[in-house]
Amino acid sequence: MASLWEYANPRKFMALSGGLLPWVSAGAALCLVVGLVWGFFFTPDDYRQGSTVKIIYLHVPSALMAINAWFMMLVASLIWLIRRHHVSALAAKAAAPVGAVMTLIALVTGAFWGQPMWGTWWAWDPRLTSFLILFLFYLGYMALWSAIENDDTAADLTSVLCLVGTVFAVLSRYAVNFWNQGLHQGASLSLDKEENVADIFYFPLLVAIAGFVLLFVALVLLRTRTEIRLRRMRALVMREQIS
Amino acid sequence: MDLKVSDLSVARGGRTLLETVGFRVAAGRALALRGPNGIGKTSLLRVLAGLQPPRTGRVDPGPDAIAYAAHADGIKPSLTVAENLRFWARVFGGPDISTALEAYALAPLASRPAAYLSAGQKRRLGLARLLVTNRPVWVLDEPTVSLDRDAVALFAESVRQHLSQGGLAVIATHVDLGLDAETLDITPFRPARPRIDPGFDEAFA
Amino acid sequence: MIALLLRDLRLAVRAGGGFGLAIAFFLIVVTLVPLGVGPASGLLEEIAPGILWIAALLASLLSLDRIFALDFDDGSLDLLATAPLPLEGLVAIKALAHWITTGLALSLAALLLAPLLALPASAYLWLLLSLLLGTPALSMIGAFGAALTVGLRRGGLLLSLLVLPFYVPVLILGAETVRRGAQGLDPTTPLLLLAALSCGTIALLPFASAAVLRINLR
Repeated sequence: MASLWEYANPRKFMALSGGLLPWVSAGAALCLVVGLVWGFFFTPDDYRQGSTVKIIYLHVPSALMAINAWFMMLVASLIWLIRRHHVSALAAKAAAPVGAVMTLIALVTGAFWGQPMWGTWWAWDPRLTSFLILFLFYLGYMALWSAIENDDTAADLTSVLCLVGTVFAVLSRYAVNFWNQGLHQGASLSLDKEENVADIFYFPLLVAIAGFVLLFVALVLLRTRTEIRLRRMRALVMREQIS
Repeated sequence: MDLKVSDLSVARGGRTLLETVGFRVAAGRALALRGPNGIGKTSLLRVLAGLQPPRTGRVDPGPDAIAYAAHADGIKPSLTVAENLRFWARVFGGPDISTALEAYALAPLASRPAAYLSAGQKRRLGLARLLVTNRPVWVLDEPTVSLDRDAVALFAESVRQHLSQGGLAVIATHVDLGLDAETLDITPFRPARPRIDPGFDEAFA
Repeated sequence: MIALLLRDLRLAVRAGGGFGLAIAFFLIVVTLVPLGVGPASGLLEEIAPGILWIAALLASLLSLDRIFALDFDDGSLDLLATAPLPLEGLVAIKALAHWITTGLALSLAALLLAPLLALPASAYLWLLLSLLLGTPALSMIGAFGAALTVGLRRGGLLLSLLVLPFYVPVLILGAETVRRGAQGLDPTTPLLLLAALSCGTIALLPFASAAVLRINLR
């Protein structure tokens, strides 16, 4: 029986991801264009916030992916630690810069939104602060990867860092709540329908989120493929050297 | 107690250095490992000491029976000779340090801070540590570096003493210690074709 | 284990880098802040809890790389790893030694430095308690960071980058305790959470740190 783990083999992963990548990329482009154009040009202005509300189509999806990217790294790190699949470790490595950029996008679009709404680019609000802290975690994770020469050691150490970091990132999130109640509005989306934003904003937002998810998957696939090629290249060079 | 090593393969930095290493050292015997630089003696000894996991194979008994000494002696310069040694004695639950000090002629230096020792004296202190570990198997990596002829004699005598008490030793060295030791050249254990450790990059190449 | 603790303490005292350096650094930071923000006692009073905690945190950060790096360089760590001593215990003991030479010393020194920042008298007890209960977490997290970077040549800066985000919850809860104390509010909630955080790190991080050390030694 074919097992899911077969795709942990680099060769199989390359074949599968090579086939998937164009489709995922096209899907991402389509969803992003539809979601953003719909959101930007075919939804009404909010009666209080005016057209600034439309930053939501960039802000919410990027914030969502900033957190989910870390979550994906956590899962990939666990798979590496438990099952020792190299592709998993490389996927975690590949996801980190994407997640960091998503965090940065969420912070920057948040600043553009906050400026007209709260009259300030930045406030030490719990959500904003915890995103900044999340960004620092991403930086530390990437710095550790780049500091260690041996690939397996780097994968092991960054995986443990990711695990422990997750715990502390969650702790920070709640500790920050303690420290300041904040300006930021409540969650824009939840499964409980009553709290959601109005339908007219909701559907284009869902499409934009789908676009960001696909974009993230496409970028991670691409970067993982690059990492695998890099490893393959170094393995070949090493083989040349010792024979 | 015998030391049994079977089917051991040793990798370093993703390269398999040695394959199917097997030997047996009986209690009271010493084994001298030989081989050119870079062959993997240090890696092999680290595997024996349990510091580095082997690629395959096993070492019996495990690291709990083994005292390891390598290039770095683990000496704290701000502690005196006696303090350094007493620390290791307490960590390993070993005997009183006076025998160890005597065996390496360190007694006159006992209260001197290790920072003021010469390289050879530091080495003697590092080797004296073996006597307070209370462990039957000594795994030594180039123990005679920077020792003068008298000190080498002290070392050889200490090993002989250890063997006569039922201990055993695996020593990587290029010096003839005058011990009644078997010699094992590990060059034949080098992989026939140089190859990359399969766990490491095989899947990628 | 006790032998190891005593050795680490003795080394810290003899090398002159233990008690003295961290406290001197603490004093300097506390001196520099009023020079930077101006001497108005109202402002200082308001920021004193945060400044004292940040200064303590940085002072504790300063000596983290010594927890394992020196032992790694001179080979002691290899020998300790082969010793009949669980690596988890080794990490815990080393963190404890670090705490005694920095955290404990800083907690006491903070009481002497608090008047310099016009901290209200009602907050002194809470400052001492929050530092006593919070700095063990700093040392334990620091030991984890030090274990992660032990084999690296330029580990010092990376260590700060890795460890400081982990310090966030400790800093928030610790400073909040003191701030509430200074304002006459009830500081027990953040203080208890801080204690819980310390207990949690002491219970779990030795295992993560030992795993990381094993990886770095192999």
